[in-house]
Amino acid sequence: MPQPRTDSEGGALRIEIAEGQDVVQVRQRAREKAQAAGFTLTEVTKIVTAASELARNTLEHGGGGWAEVGVVATGVRRGVRMVFHDEGPGIADVDQALRDGFTTGGGLGLGLGGSRRLLSELTIDSVPGRGTTIVAVRWK
Amino acid sequence: MRMAVSTNRILKVMESSQIQLLADWVKALRGTATARSSSLISDPELQAQCQELITLLSTALRNARLDAIDDPAWEPTREYLAGLSRSRGRQGFSPTETAMFVLSLKEPLFAHLRRAFAGDNEVQLLLDVWELGKLLDMLALYTTEVHQQAREEVIRRQTEEMLELSTPVIRLWDGILAMPLIGTLDSSRTQVVMESLLEQIVATRSPIAILDITGVPTVDTLTAQHLLKTVAATRLMGAECIISGIRPQIAQTIVHLGVELGDVITKASLADAFRLALKKLGHNPAQA
Ligand SMILES: Nc1ncnc2c1ncn2[C@@H]1O[C@H](COP(=O)(O)OP(=O)(O)OP(=O)(O)O)[C@@H](O)[C@H]1O
Ligand SMILES: [Mg+2]
Repeated sequence: MPQPRTDSEGGALRIEIAEGQDVVQVRQRAREKAQAAGFTLTEVTKIVTAASELARNTLEHGGGGWAEVGVVATGVRRGVRMVFHDEGPGIADVDQALRDGFTTGGGLGLGLGGSRRLLSELTIDSVPGRGTTIVAVRWK
Repeated sequence: MRMAVSTNRILKVMESSQIQLLADWVKALRGTATARSSSLISDPELQAQCQELITLLSTALRNARLDAIDDPAWEPTREYLAGLSRSRGRQGFSPTETAMFVLSLKEPLFAHLRRAFAGDNEVQLLLDVWELGKLLDMLALYTTEVHQQAREEVIRRQTEEMLELSTPVIRLWDGILAMPLIGTLDSSRTQVVMESLLEQIVATRSPIAILDITGVPTVDTLTAQHLLKTVAATRLMGAECIISGIRPQIAQTIVHLGVELGDVITKASLADAFRLALKKLGHNPAQA
């Protein structure tokens, strides 16, 4: 599991994801952090939407887990970094999961691919049978 | 073009048809109440409470904006509702029932407004009804908040129930329904929203329904899927559905997500959607 980098704006608190209400919490945290990092309204909306997608995947496909959302700064760059972790079934074929329209759950199958388009970086680390960790960053 | 809500028109109706409005409201309340809650309060008492709230609302509307219930001018109304909420809590009313007390004013009040201003600047009427609806939602939510202070545990479920109640379908015009969606559109609530819209389409035989998402902060794939399903179901009922209130940042995000709205009719604002609906019905909306 990757260690979150130091959060220059103060701790990337962990949010447990166990039910629908927790996804709302992740969205709120993402909104706060994105605003704190100085993103525009459109960018904030994109970050919040991606957070919603990834948190819901953690809940629905991963069987629950946690998320961390924080502001990051490296040199002159600032951004929002989000980590989602679960110990669910994992993703057998990541490329397939990223493909638009692919779903195993009756959704639109756009969440994962859409999040990658909404953000700057999206790394998926998944081991079938062990779980999934996704690190996502949106740089300004 | 931005238009403002006309408090004057609302006040005029509240004052000129006060007695009838009061009667209609009490009747609506008795209609929605469960047998249990009806037995908790007598007719004269209920009537007095309704009268008091109408008076307080008129006074506040005369002195303050109707979208700012934190304003000092709303203080007497808030205080009254807080007292009412607490005493009803003690009497055994549920927070939902107390919220319904406020929400049930919508229908009779809107009906009076429609009657008073039919054919006279429909877009203004729509705006007034809309803003007034939001005001009553906020006040109803306030009563549940007061209730909640005393009963932490049951809070969340009841707030959710309240949110469900606060998205009733509004009849904007003969043949035009509108539903303001507020808050998050996750899970069970969406189901309620969709069902009540479909039921109302049948009950009122309306050919057009407007779903306004101005109050929805995030449209993700799940929300989009719910919206698409609602539009499809509306069509199956033989009606047409217009989605309004898609803000620019939401539009951009939807595009990046890859959601295809296909041939769904969308409008930036509710007023635009309303104008289009009137046109589709063959009315010529008064130029506002
Ligand atoms: N955390 C996870 N654990 C296991 N499988 C996952 C996880 N996240 C995604 N998946 C798999 O990847 C697929 C695609 O995910 P994606 O979010 O794109 O679509 P979806 O969740 O099925 O639908 P939606 O469009 O509503 O998000 C899922 O159907 C699921 O099989
Ligand atoms: Mg998903």
